[in-house]
Amino acid sequence: MVASDEHTQPIAIAAGQPWGAGIHDWVTTVDHKKLGILYIGAGLLFFLIGGLQASAIRLQLAQAENDFLSPEVFNRLFTMHGTTMVFLVGMPIITGFANYLLPLMIGARDMAFPRLNAWGFWMFLFGGLILYFSYIGSTGLYGAGSAPDVGWFAYSPLAGKAFSRGNATDFWILGILVSGFGSLSGAVNMIATTFTLRCKGMTLRRMPLFVWMTLVVSFLMLLALPPLTAAQVMLLFDRFLGAHFFDTQSGGDAILWQHFFWFFGHPEVYILVIPGFAYASEIIPVFSRKVIFGYAVMVAATISIGFLATGVWAHHMFTVGMGKGLNIWFAAITMVVGIPTGIKIFNWIATMYGGRIRFRVPMLFCTAFLAQFLVAGLTGVMLAATPFDWQLSDSYFVVAHFHYVLIGGLMMTIFAAIYYWFPKMTGHMLSEKLGRWHFWLFVVGFQLTFTTMHVQGLLGMPRRVYTYPADRGWETWNLLTSSGVVLQAAGVLCLLLAIVQAFRRPQPAGDDPWDAWTLEWSTSSPPPAYNFLEEPEVRSRRPLWDLKHPEDPDWQYE
Amino acid sequence: MSRCRNPKRVAGLCWVAGLALSLAASAAGDSGPASAIQTPSMFDTSSTPADTIADYSRLVVAVCAAIFVVVAGLLVVVIVRFRARNGDDEREPPQIYGSTQIELAWTVVPILIVVLLGLVTARNILALQKDERPQGWLPITAIGHQWWWEFRYPERGVVTANELHLPVGRPAFFDLESQDVIHSFWVPQLSGKIDLVPNRTNHLWMDPLEPGVYVGQCAEYCGTQHANMLLRVIVHTPEDFERWLDQQLADANPSPAVAAGRRIFETTACISCHTVRGTDADGRFGPDLTHLMSRATIGAGVASNDREHLIEWVTSPDHLKPGARMPAMKLEPARIEQLVDYLLTLE
Repeated sequence: MVASDEHTQPIAIAAGQPWGAGIHDWVTTVDHKKLGILYIGAGLLFFLIGGLQASAIRLQLAQAENDFLSPEVFNRLFTMHGTTMVFLVGMPIITGFANYLLPLMIGARDMAFPRLNAWGFWMFLFGGLILYFSYIGSTGLYGAGSAPDVGWFAYSPLAGKAFSRGNATDFWILGILVSGFGSLSGAVNMIATTFTLRCKGMTLRRMPLFVWMTLVVSFLMLLALPPLTAAQVMLLFDRFLGAHFFDTQSGGDAILWQHFFWFFGHPEVYILVIPGFAYASEIIPVFSRKVIFGYAVMVAATISIGFLATGVWAHHMFTVGMGKGLNIWFAAITMVVGIPTGIKIFNWIATMYGGRIRFRVPMLFCTAFLAQFLVAGLTGVMLAATPFDWQLSDSYFVVAHFHYVLIGGLMMTIFAAIYYWFPKMTGHMLSEKLGRWHFWLFVVGFQLTFTTMHVQGLLGMPRRVYTYPADRGWETWNLLTSSGVVLQAAGVLCLLLAIVQAFRRPQPAGDDPWDAWTLEWSTSSPPPAYNFLEEPEVRSRRPLWDLKHPEDPDWQYE
Repeated sequence: MSRCRNPKRVAGLCWVAGLALSLAASAAGDSGPASAIQTPSMFDTSSTPADTIADYSRLVVAVCAAIFVVVAGLLVVVIVRFRARNGDDEREPPQIYGSTQIELAWTVVPILIVVLLGLVTARNILALQKDERPQGWLPITAIGHQWWWEFRYPERGVVTANELHLPVGRPAFFDLESQDVIHSFWVPQLSGKIDLVPNRTNHLWMDPLEPGVYVGQCAEYCGTQHANMLLRVIVHTPEDFERWLDQQLADANPSPAVAAGRRIFETTACISCHTVRGTDADGRFGPDLTHLMSRATIGAGVASNDREHLIEWVTSPDHLKPGARMPAMKLEPARIEQLVDYLLTLE
């Protein structure tokens, strides 16, 4: 199964190879592994930009009545921060890991449609560039060089022609629309690959949970992205062709946009967080030295979360004045999501129970993920409780909640995944020491920033305000929130240092540094272009366990 | 790997501590004397709907906190007991693939919790949400503008801005509308929030229990000055409220001493946007100024309402509130002083 050395291609540009050839190689590649790395790399670059935007926002809010930023700049910053983090950080990084790992985990040589795969990446990147070009090329309310300032969900009629003059909002629409085509093509590709390219013996019931969860996410993308694209095209019609879908001054409907947007937006939350579940479901068993507890139940819970995800969108709209019936329905169905989610948390803890847990950096991040995602889920129940939400909606409590989901949940597992799979992708280990610094700085900073935000929300502070009065008693909490940013930034710096160090003073990783069990660890690090010299054949969910424990293989029990 | 401690314990402590502090903060708000700090805490309430929401919310928080303690406790135990130690042998621990009974148990218990919470939620929604004005309640129309509030009392024909006056003892029932984009009306101590949506009328009710001043603000991002779309609710005794209504109902009665300022007001663009009842000014785009000086703040709460700030505001609204819809009138300083002298008589 293990490819010989001569077939491996180190990820760094080979010595003596001209730069141009190296770049040409990356730009024209259709290899799922290189595209995966491009996705993750581009996502991390946007992550740094989005992080800087957040830092500026928190600097402004550290004090009451601060004038570090003008309202115009502040409103653009939170719009770009939200849009960037969701569409240009979350989406590409999860797509990148899926791209890199899914074919390896099912024993395939590439994705089903390698060229479509490359097209998807470049669509995403150009979408991101279109959005950011607005800083240079667009005009808005305040003249040239005006980035969009309508918030990441661009509510109508604020995003309509009457209230959002110039073309900054059009850059938002087109950037997201174009990168959405990339995500859609990726989803089609993942589904086709999973259904057609599994190796011998890899039945659906033997697929790693990572593959199952990627499959569910891909279906959710197919379902959720087209409504957003359609709504954005309708908004373009409103803005350019005189249509009145959302134009309330001509009888259009402001709430219609919210239904479209959240019919995309809520599944999007699961599109982002289920991949986090996927990384945790691979990493926790390996570092606990135990098989995942309740594999079938995990799959069932994921699928049911996928179905429920499409029926809860209006819990973002409890304050728009829906009828009692709808308010009760969307509260109840949202609380139901807690059941499969709870099952997952219990299953992960049960996997750790009785194990011999090795707290290496990936496992540290996964453990923090468990605790933080638990909090995120519980504050989610509070927000689903409609009357409670009448107070909490659009307050800092909501901001705290979704950052617990997206940083405490998704970003923590992305960090875990980076430390876990970086050795496979490059052949080099990431520094354990810097990783621990990264972990502690980031987790403590995260708590400082986002735990305190719950309090500001309970004390009546709304989100998206560029300033707040000094007499509201919010100042101390805001200062605490802002101070956590420093620690988080220092944590991210440790990750960057670790990546640089891994290339400058490489520590060879070997094929299987974590003593893991899924197929990607059976080939070399980094894997050759064709992944496997021979097509693997599996008899259980943990083919490498069977190989390492011939006396007690998994397939006896499945 | 043996040195590592449990990160989730830190997480848990921070969360619990944060919640405790928030409750302590709101409790302190209850007992303290009327100080300069006024925190619109959703747990420091003074009306039936806000009390109901706060009680219900405490129940939801308690249920969630109990779940947190159980699950996080389990996680801590597992981390402490099952972490790898130096001197462990190299053998893998026993592999457990699952257990139908256990998984059934941790499916059924959450289902029960969800059913209970769902029923309590439904009961509270039915109790709180009112789509029709009950007989005898005070009707009020609230209209959102970029970036100020218009309040109308249709029973008496009173119109005011940004500072809402309510009586104790007679519940107020609101029709909420918007002139431009979506806004959201939120005074946490008196009720939950509801959006003001163009082409739509939403409803909200509150029955303030204690006279006093309650603060709130727009909660839905509505453009440049969303942050300075502040809101004050002044709750009166029934007698004081009647007095306030009578006073608001009177036409403006500017003294001849400020005739110069009045002339400036009525011969420039001021009157295209502002109404001063009893004069020629009948604009509807901006706040009604008939009784401007009965309000404590200007610019929807951005500054206190006094001569100095009025001069600053009329000279350059953008200076106090960047992006405000009111244009700078480009009058000479002397004429601005005359104009403000006139405004100061609109009591």
